[in-house]
Amino acid sequence: MRLLLAMAVCGSTLFAQGATVRVGSKTFTESVILGEILTQLVRHEGVEVEHRRALGGTRILWNALVRGEIDLYPEYTGTIGEEILGGRVPMSGLDSALAAFGVGVSRPLGFNNTYAIGVRAPVADSLGLRTISGLQRHPDLVVGFTNEFMDRADGWPSLRRTYELRPARVFGLDHDVAYRAIASGDIHVTDLYSTDAEIGYYGLRVLEDDRRLFPDYHAVVLYRLALRKTAPAVRHAVEQLEGNIDERTMIRMNAQVKLDRMTEEQVASEYIESGLGLKTKVESGTFRTRLLHNTLAHLWLVLVALSGAIVIAVPLGVWAFRHPNAGAVILSAVGIVQTVPSLALLVFMIPLLGIGFAPAVAALFLYSLLPIVRNTHAGLSDIPPPLRESAEALGLSAGARLRKIELPMASRMILAGIKTSAVITVGTATLGALIGAGGYGQPILTGIRLDSVPLILEGAVPAALLAIGAQYLFEWSERWIVPKGLRLKPEA
Amino acid sequence: MIAFRGINKSFGTVHALGPLDLEVPAGQTCVLIGPSGCGKSTLLRLFLGLLHPDAGEIVLDGRALGRGRSDEFRCKTGYVIQDGGLFPHLTARDNVELMAKHRGLPSQTIGRRLEELSALVKLPEPWLDRYPAQLSGGQRQRVGLMRALFLDPDVLLLDEPLGALDPMHRYDLQDDLKNIFSRLKKTVLLVTHDLSEAHFFADRIVLLRDGTIVQEGTLRDFMDRPADEFVTRFVLAQRPMINAGGTA
Repeated sequence: MRLLLAMAVCGSTLFAQGATVRVGSKTFTESVILGEILTQLVRHEGVEVEHRRALGGTRILWNALVRGEIDLYPEYTGTIGEEILGGRVPMSGLDSALAAFGVGVSRPLGFNNTYAIGVRAPVADSLGLRTISGLQRHPDLVVGFTNEFMDRADGWPSLRRTYELRPARVFGLDHDVAYRAIASGDIHVTDLYSTDAEIGYYGLRVLEDDRRLFPDYHAVVLYRLALRKTAPAVRHAVEQLEGNIDERTMIRMNAQVKLDRMTEEQVASEYIESGLGLKTKVESGTFRTRLLHNTLAHLWLVLVALSGAIVIAVPLGVWAFRHPNAGAVILSAVGIVQTVPSLALLVFMIPLLGIGFAPAVAALFLYSLLPIVRNTHAGLSDIPPPLRESAEALGLSAGARLRKIELPMASRMILAGIKTSAVITVGTATLGALIGAGGYGQPILTGIRLDSVPLILEGAVPAALLAIGAQYLFEWSERWIVPKGLRLKPEA
Repeated sequence: MIAFRGINKSFGTVHALGPLDLEVPAGQTCVLIGPSGCGKSTLLRLFLGLLHPDAGEIVLDGRALGRGRSDEFRCKTGYVIQDGGLFPHLTARDNVELMAKHRGLPSQTIGRRLEELSALVKLPEPWLDRYPAQLSGGQRQRVGLMRALFLDPDVLLLDEPLGALDPMHRYDLQDDLKNIFSRLKKTVLLVTHDLSEAHFFADRIVLLRDGTIVQEGTLRDFMDRPADEFVTRFVLAQRPMINAGGTA
């Protein structure tokens, strides 16, 4: 108990959210770079700031902003108009429409990163493709769009309608994977952001939007209006960027990260120095500090979720055993939770608990329940009925039977359930990074985004080691937890 | 004295016991015998409140067993099942002392009682530090007996206590058990399916079939004045053993 309290204190300082300004960014490089520039500028103003990088798509960022879980993030006017405000507000009315949500918008930062449709140059040349409407004649081309583009109103649905496209095969995938897929020839057509560094790198041809479908996507910064009071310096930091990043600069910065393998922190710092003439502190950290930070965050996620699961699941298992009717309901309920894909479970938590640590722990907690509940129930059910009756016939009360006889006899099973949960949780917790909970998933996600195997390994290897470690720890702890009498082989 | 009066018990649609009346005077050993499923174990479990009768009452020294009274009956009863019913995660000693410690008896009292019982059941104390898995079947049964006797109950219920033992151990333990019964003057209800064992222990044998008493008395009564054809067949089926034992 004291240990748990100590962990709670250390955890709350680790994830303190006091008066710190929180900058958010979406899960693509440009957004992370802009988020990093904003972060460094705010820090330069002397304000305590934290970059919650690569949190997710528009919905997640926007909801987090409205709920006050982040204070500002880079966005695009087209996305605000179409996706956030549902296309009902003219561009000139954005200011007042957003103010209704307690959100302010900066003036444009200077570049337009619109959606574009790209085809590999050799394919475009051989088919004579120049415009998007030209795709009508080639329904056999394999189309791979980013998941967000597939879903959003101004994405694939309106593209298909406007251009009357009927491709034979369309599927959704991650933005960074899409580039590798088009380079390898697995897909022929994909959506691009017009400032993507890869357009040049992979030799892609941008098809002309000949029916003028895509609106302008001028980069802006959305911020909580409350900041004007609580942290007025933030507004100043944002103003410095307005009109100061042109398309060439943005493409160059994207290329520095994606092609030259510089960190977003370095690129942001260089831009601030050359573009704005300011010196900022770069806090990228060494491999060791990153590893330590990720390990702590990961362990903390697992420990909190698993302790919570043990505290709830063991009594649930006992209850399920004592009341077979309710027990059937409990067992199938936790079973159903387990069938929800872990990623979906994480995302379901966002509307309830927002982003970050809390929803990740909640999802992991729910995920850990089944093995422990099921094994507690099975462990108790496995006790031979004559022994259960012997305990009762001795005159032990139900509580004493549970403490002295039943739980100790079921301990090996229960421990095995906890071990299974621990290993599952260590693995699943890597997904927590998707909703801003940090941990080993952070370098994995960044590694996928930047196509960097070393970064992926920086998360994947320790996560695997931690899972193996958890396994050994529980096997070793058997000798302390499972009574000796149960570990003996019966003498013939 | 213990008494079962007008007992009826069914499990769902399956009739298990009754109508049944049975009295065992204090200090007597009554052996319940009969084919599998005749209800003999059910009778013991009814007495312990592990099951509840559909009708009838169970009386111990003039007090009826009510739904809330199980504990009172359990305190005054020692229960031994096949293979001892020991808890595998506890040492023999912890098994034996379990209830005494739960009741908060002083450790001196517990220690003295342990010495007495270890002499009584002929199991040297060092064996008590072993776990059930490290003991032989006979030793486990002796530990089970110690546990049942620890709080000095008035009644002993034994459900096939020797069923799992090989013949040699069985023979030794039979002798020891009989000595213990006569020395301690307990009211004993013992279940077996072996007629020679029943005869060996019993002041009175009660033969059950399909949940009712077919005949009660001594083995001699069963052989000379069988109540019906079933009794004759039941005795005949076990005659070779009885003759070999020379007990009849």
